[in-house]
Formats: sequence, C-alpha cells, structure tokens
Amino acid sequence: MLNRARKLLAAIDAAPTGRSIVGGVGYVYAPVRLWHWVNAAAILVLSLTGYLIGTGTPATSGGASGNFLFGYIRFAHFSAGYVLSAGFLLRIYWALVGDAHAMQIFYVPLWRGCFWRELCHEIRRYAFLTVEPARGLGHNRLAQLAMFFMFTQTITFMVLTGFALYGQGAGTDSWQYKVFGWVFSFLPNSQDVHTLHHLGLWVIVMFVLVHIYAVIREDIMSRHSFYSISGDHGFGD
Amino acid sequence: MGDATETFYSVIRRQGITRRSFHKFCCLTAASLGLSPLTASSIAHALETKPRVPVIWLHGLECTCCSESFIRSAHPLVKDALLSMISLDYDHMIMAAAGHQAEAILEETRAKYKGRYVLAVEGNPPLNEGGMFCIEGGKPFVEKLTSMAEESMAIIAWGTCASWGCVQAAKPNPTGAAPIEKVITDRPIIKVPGCPPIAEVMSGLVTFITMFGKLPELDRQGRPSMFYSERIHDKCYRRSHFDAGQFVEEWDDTNARKGYCLYKMGCKGPTTYNACSAVRWNGGVSFPIQSGHGCLGCSEDGFWDKGSFYDRLTTIKQFGIEENADQIGMAAAGVVGLTIAAHAAATAVKRLTHSPDRSAHKGKPS
Repeated sequence: MLNRARKLLAAIDAAPTGRSIVGGVGYVYAPVRLWHWVNAAAILVLSLTGYLIGTGTPATSGGASGNFLFGYIRFAHFSAGYVLSAGFLLRIYWALVGDAHAMQIFYVPLWRGCFWRELCHEIRRYAFLTVEPARGLGHNRLAQLAMFFMFTQTITFMVLTGFALYGQGAGTDSWQYKVFGWVFSFLPNSQDVHTLHHLGLWVIVMFVLVHIYAVIREDIMSRHSFYSISGDHGFGD
Repeated sequence: MGDATETFYSVIRRQGITRRSFHKFCCLTAASLGLSPLTASSIAHALETKPRVPVIWLHGLECTCCSESFIRSAHPLVKDALLSMISLDYDHMIMAAAGHQAEAILEETRAKYKGRYVLAVEGNPPLNEGGMFCIEGGKPFVEKLTSMAEESMAIIAWGTCASWGCVQAAKPNPTGAAPIEKVITDRPIIKVPGCPPIAEVMSGLVTFITMFGKLPELDRQGRPSMFYSERIHDKCYRRSHFDAGQFVEEWDDTNARKGYCLYKMGCKGPTTYNACSAVRWNGGVSFPIQSGHGCLGCSEDGFWDKGSFYDRLTTIKQFGIEENADQIGMAAAGVVGLTIAAHAAATAVKRLTHSPDRSAHKGKPS
C-alpha cells in the first residue's frame, strides 16, 4: 500500500509542472472532504472549549451540586478530542490506501529539486511576481508545506499531549496514561505540557486563518475550488 | 547504635516489655489480622530475627524542612519510627556524636552493612567548581554522597531538592545544584518530592520498607505510587466547584469566602502529584487549599521556574519576554491576521489594476 502510494506520488512529482488535467473534473477528495469537515468541527469545538479550560469561566451562581458548567465544557473538549483523534487515524489510513494526493499532508519531498522549484513558483505567485497557476491537482507546494508543518505536526503534538493530560485525570492506571504517559518522561512537570498544549491552540488558530484566506482567495482568483463540499473540482474557467 | 545483630525483639525487650507480653502481642496481631494461630509464631520469629534496617541520613544543600516535617509525623509517631523501626545510624542534625567520631560511623556502616543499609538524602549536591559549594567534614558533599551510595541497598531522595533540584537549582543555578539522580545512576532511587514532603508520607515510606523489607512500587518518575499516584486536584474537596465552574476571581471576593475553586488564582493542584488533599498536614488538620491559598506545586519538577504561583497560564521566558501562552498566541495570530489583510488588499489592488489584461487574456470578466 505504502509503496503504491509512493510510486503514485513519485509519478506526480515527476510530472511536468502546470496542469496535469486540463478542463477535467477530479472526484478525488470524497473521503478527505468528509474527514475535513468532521475535523474542522472538532477543531472548532476543541479551540473554544480549550480556551475556556485554560482561562476559566465566570462563576456560575447557586450551589455546586446544581451546576456542571466546567464539567460539560471539559466533556465537550474530551469528546471532540476523541473525534479528532479517530478522524486523524482514519486520515492516516486513507493516506496509505488512498490516492497519491492523500499522502501530501504527511509527506514533503524536501530532497527533490522539483519540489523547491514549484515552491519558489508558488511563493512568486503569492508575491504577485507571476500569475501562472502551478499544479493542477491537489495542494500546491506552499500549501503542502504549511499543511505538513502547521497542521499535521501540530495536530499530532496536540493529540499526544492531549491524551497525556487526559491520562492524568483518568488516573495512572488508565490506558491513556499507559499509552501516552511517556510525554511526562520528557516534561516531568505537566504544567509545561499544559503550556505547550495551549500554545498549540494558537498555532492551529494561525493555520486556520491562513488556510481560510488562501482557500477563499484561490477560489476567487482561479476558480479552482478546494472548499466545495461536493468534491467537484473544476479546472479552467 | 551500631550493633550488628540488633533485632526488633531486642529493641522491644530493651524498652521493658517482657517476653510474655511480646508473645501476647504477636498472638493478638495474628488474630486481629484474621490469620491462622500458627502465624503468631511466624510473627514472633520475624521480629526476633529480622535486624532493624540501618539508615544513613545525609544532608546536602537544603533547608532542613524535610527533617522538620519528619519529626512532626503523627501516624506513626516519629519516636516509634526512629527508635523502634529503623536504626538511624547517622544524621548530623539529631545525632549526639560529632566530628571524627560521627564521620567514623559512615565508614563503619559502609563496611559492616554492605548492600543492606538505606541511604536517605536530604538536599542535593552542587556540582560546579568541583562541588566546593557544599563541604562536609572537609570534603565536597558530592564525594560523600557517591561513596555512601555505592554500597547502599536503596536511596531515598527526601524532598524536592534531592528529587528535582528545588530552589538552589532554579535558574540561573550558580552552584550547579543537581538532583541526586544526576550523580547516582546505578542504585534504585525513591523520590519523595515536596517542599517539604508530608510527614506521614515520609514515615509511611520508612514503615513500608522496614515492614516488607522491599521497596514500594514506584511510578514513571520514581515516586512511590501509594502516595504520588493522584494529583492534588483529583481528591481536592473543592473539586465540585471546579466542575460547576465556580472560581475565585480575587483573593477578597465573595467567591473566596464561599470556598470556591482556586483554579483561576493559579492553583497548581491540577498538575501536582502529592497526597496533600488526602493525607493533609499537621496530623490531618489542613492543607494549603483548605486554608484558602492555591497549591504552589512544590512537589513538581522545577516548580520555581514555572512563573508566578498565581497564574493559571504560566509565563514563557524562552522568547526573551515574560508573556503567557495566550498573550504570545494572540500576538502571533494578530500578526498573521494583519499580514493576511495586507495581502488581501494587495491582491485586490493588483486585480483591479490588471483586470483588463486578465479578462482579455481569459476571455471572461472576473
């Protein structure tokens, strides 16, 4: 599976720059689209509840027995965390068995000359130095780089630290602590893990800002839609 | 002290208890534990033959708060722990001997009880300048520590100093103070962190080792699981207010008087493994959160270097400025947002100025 994906990817990488499918419609993203929106919803819930968990809520009135506000916020955070983690695992599975583009956010061919050429081209395009669009299908190289370093890495980090912190609450004999407790071998004081987990939120926020801007801009500029829910990707307008 | 064959039985006899009373005690213990009548003689045999565990208690760079805490132990009473359970052969805080006489005990124990004595270390060794910042008996403490550790059965790291480094190892750490695990790598180390550790935790650990003759189960970080497997937060009596979302906002507000959760006041209970909320202090009287102050996290690694004791989000100093994660994150997100706005504006300008070319080229207005 992995080899097949690698070969496909190599074929894509070796293909000449410019549009590989002209005027066609690629139905290539269906499972990835589904994952994308589940993931986006999970991230929205996680960011909002995570921020509240970090800062605390204004005090509720009445006795402690009649209120469970913070408990519900934490429950939403943990549930969304499980959804995100399960989705991320499925996404990794899809990267292995799906088409070559599914691998893009996990695999950056930094050692290939064409990668850097295409990256330079994309940077030039964003710097208004050229108007030629680059690749026809999948992420452009700049997007791939951002996806890998800002999204994939951060989400991996957030899942690991998130489950480690969850394991502390679940107890030292919980599976979460057994599987993810090694985080505390690197960072013995979990205060550091909390702080880094919190910084991760802001990396995700920055990624979301850039991501949404780039997608809307791309949609207006080139009619090359990435964010339609249906997965219809038209080329050439 | 120092007698090689001193057993529990000889201590009991020395305290004026007759052999008849001793056997009554053994029978009663067996009966109250629900064991068979034959067990009484096993208990008697164990007490008659098992030697008391010799303990050497060293002091490095420390403030003696561990000893101060230990001598206030109520269950068991420190008197019983020191005079009956263990044979405390060396502890320069409370021993009668002094000078060469005292130092000779170290060599004697090392030779006589090779691999059978417990080394309890309070404080830690400074490593800079060859350890010259802590001299004991004319030698750097680190030399005394490593030589005594070589022949010991196990090492107890009392307090946060010996376990993690504590205040003398806080940045910038001019003396190079280091937790004892940095210099002792080939012996089991039981970490009993806390500044100081709870008295009952200390004496409870000593009781466990003398009773079972083995070391307790340790967690991932080398602390006895029986005392350090749960956070302060997990057993805190204010936990219901945490779950309800009821927090103290100011030290003098009504929420503080109502005893709400101190999370927003920077309580480190959620990140601190210790038994304070279960065992409490001074014979179970109180503990910091019960007296209205948040936990400082004194039993955690590097707790002096984690910013203010009164912030939930601790400051991050790696950027050269003292800001917390939210301030740094918002600033970075703001920069990204401004960049995006500028780029969007530039795109719009570019598009407006080039739109005739583009629509001619594409054959379609945009």
